[in-house]
Amino acid sequence: MDFLRRYLASPPAVIGLVLLALVLAMAASADLLFPRDPLGLAGRPLQWPLANPRFWLGTDNMGRDIAAQVFHGARISLLIALVSTALAIVIGVVVGAVAGFYGGIVDDVLMRVTEAFQILPNFLLLLVLVAVFGSTLTTVTIAIGIVSWPASARLTRAEFLSLRNRDFVAACRGLGMGDARLIFAEILPNALPPVIVYAGVIMAVAILLESALAFLSLSDPNVPSWGNLIGAGRSVLRTQWYVSAIPGVAILVTVLAVSLVGQGLNDALNPRLRRR
Amino acid sequence: MSALTLDGLTVALPAGADRPFALADVTFELQPGEIFCVVGESGSGKSMTAGAILGLLPPGVARTAGRVLLDGEEISGLDEAGLRPIRGARIGMIFQEPMTALNPLRTIGDQIGEMFRTHTRLRDREISARVEALLADVHLPDPAGAARAYPHELSGGQRQRAMIAMALALEPRVLIADEPTTALDVTSQAQILHLIRELQRRRGTAVLFITHDFGVVAEIADRVAVMSQGRIVEQGTADDVLNRPQHAYTRGLIAAVPSLTPPARPEIAAAPILVAEGVTKTYRSGGLMRRRTTAALRDVTLSLPRGGTLGIVGESGSGKSTLARCIVRLLDYDAGRIRLDDVDLAVAGRPAARRIQMVFQDPFGSLNPRRRAGDLVAQGPRLHGVPADQAQARARDLFRLVGLDPAAIDRYPHEFSGGQRQRIALARALALEPEVLVADEPVSALDVSVQAQVLALLADLRARLGLSLLFITHDLRVAAQICDRIAVMKDGEVVEEGPAATLFAHPAHPYTRSLLDAVPGRHWIPPANPSEGEP
Repeated sequence: MDFLRRYLASPPAVIGLVLLALVLAMAASADLLFPRDPLGLAGRPLQWPLANPRFWLGTDNMGRDIAAQVFHGARISLLIALVSTALAIVIGVVVGAVAGFYGGIVDDVLMRVTEAFQILPNFLLLLVLVAVFGSTLTTVTIAIGIVSWPASARLTRAEFLSLRNRDFVAACRGLGMGDARLIFAEILPNALPPVIVYAGVIMAVAILLESALAFLSLSDPNVPSWGNLIGAGRSVLRTQWYVSAIPGVAILVTVLAVSLVGQGLNDALNPRLRRR
Repeated sequence: MSALTLDGLTVALPAGADRPFALADVTFELQPGEIFCVVGESGSGKSMTAGAILGLLPPGVARTAGRVLLDGEEISGLDEAGLRPIRGARIGMIFQEPMTALNPLRTIGDQIGEMFRTHTRLRDREISARVEALLADVHLPDPAGAARAYPHELSGGQRQRAMIAMALALEPRVLIADEPTTALDVTSQAQILHLIRELQRRRGTAVLFITHDFGVVAEIADRVAVMSQGRIVEQGTADDVLNRPQHAYTRGLIAAVPSLTPPARPEIAAAPILVAEGVTKTYRSGGLMRRRTTAALRDVTLSLPRGGTLGIVGESGSGKSTLARCIVRLLDYDAGRIRLDDVDLAVAGRPAARRIQMVFQDPFGSLNPRRRAGDLVAQGPRLHGVPADQAQARARDLFRLVGLDPAAIDRYPHEFSGGQRQRIALARALALEPEVLVADEPVSALDVSVQAQVLALLADLRARLGLSLLFITHDLRVAAQICDRIAVMKDGEVVEEGPAATLFAHPAHPYTRSLLDAVPGRHWIPPANPSEGEP
């Protein structure tokens, strides 16, 4: 409860939470408000927002309802963000925990692998993965997860390096505890807070990565994602700029919300850091 | 006129703290040329007193009443700019941990020279001459070399000498020493105390010496103030306070100081339960070109009689903790054998390991902060296949056994005090019903009154459960009270081993003699106190 109180004491964190709740509400209500296929032809193409009461955010250059695509797109963007972040955290935590706990040669090998991922610009790697494995929703999500884990691995490793020498670890060893339990049941819960905070950053980047892919028409074209809509608006950017701008604002709000929540979590988990 | 006067000094704590005042009506006078000790347990406000004098209080804490007078002139109302010429120049300060109080990136000479550059207009050449003279004054072996050295190149004792040189650079009227020897080994502690005494006599400095250790008080103090809960409960000459304490709190503290004379105890003739033979451990470090090896244990041979207590004493770096970790198999040793009864521990696996359990020094670091106290204790039995509800019931019993409330098993470690946490650690070790308990400095992080309680508990448990105890400590007073036999370690070797009474009365090895000579306050025998029994 103390944690909740500290979190709610910070206005930016509360704003982030409200924005995130708004995006979640959009995703949840998409089917109710827009029961039709958001990618189906809805009306005359390129109607300006508020010009036609049926399409209050207008239509894109293929005559699809932008509002429907934004609402349904919230689902896809959040889905991709959550799943790929979870994947990145799981890979990162396991690699970092094992490397930090055992040290020595295990650490060397795992960290060189991590560095191999880190030195490649992650968007380039993402392009390669999507080019090789195709661009369905599943492959795009997994590919984003695969390019995002190295930072969380390094973070977990750093925590483990300092925690593994604590006396409580030695005490558990003395009780006869095995390595797997030591790593995951004893040390990991203590190492997790900074990683959880960093998950917010990974999530924001994941949304941006997917949008960038879609903008290049390399994401799954059969789902109504925000990036796809921006990509569609590219050809009419100078005259009908709203086609790209509306999903752009949606991305901005979501990334902002996730970052604010992440920062709020950080401040609430490390109360001493805030009082500078 | 007194050098420093505190007159009814009161310092308020922020709302929500455990008490309203950090210091309440603290009054004393520090005369030139005397050493005034402020002694108290942790949280008594003794360090806050030093901070309040220099205007170095933590945020949220403020002086609400009272005055601080330096040479009869009030300094308590001054702002930062007004205090700056006083700090360092007229009031010097020495801290507990010389490593963190010195800047690791600058040489010792540079840092001492800083005192002159800040407060005087001396030329560089004069400054370096003064610095060398100061370093010679504190008896550093090679003053010119020490001035060029970085803090990490000196030992702990040498760093503290450099700190003293820095504090005394401008010949301040008052020197505040906040636990200056607590982080040091007993032999360097004795040298530093001697040095402070010598410099203070020569220069007539008034020294405010803050400590928790009554041995140190007996060694160095002219006058003493005892603090508790932010108040001075008793003050007077060292002789009066130490030998004829008036206040019940002081009496309790002094009764808790372990005597340096071991009590008479029967010789233990039982067969050894734990035997170490020729145990050797070498640490290797360094890169491909230059390998460095450090011998942590050299051919250590020891035996622990069944039902007895073997103390291992030595200074830091003597290898005593490494030995403990080898015995509980947290470290692998290079050569030799450690046998429990007739089982070779290096060969036997987990079933033998549970027969030896360990208690660690730091009660804050040895308990996982994210587990409930009961789970911590139940963890061991559960790992060895005891069902959850039985393990929890066992945890309750153990809580009772170590003197904790069984209802507290649902609380987290941070909700307990230091002494209580050490009891939890003890309960955890006992949960596996070990035959041998290895205790690595189990009481050195605790206040003296809590220390006495934990030692009494250890002795009681040993007798009731038939435990054999391997007790590692740097504190000879503690060793004298609890150990049947004592082994003295130096540089990874056992230099002397024998019954406690013999070792204290007739130390054979010169190193043992020097350790015994270095114990602070060794000539002071705490007064027997009929009104204060063992609690």
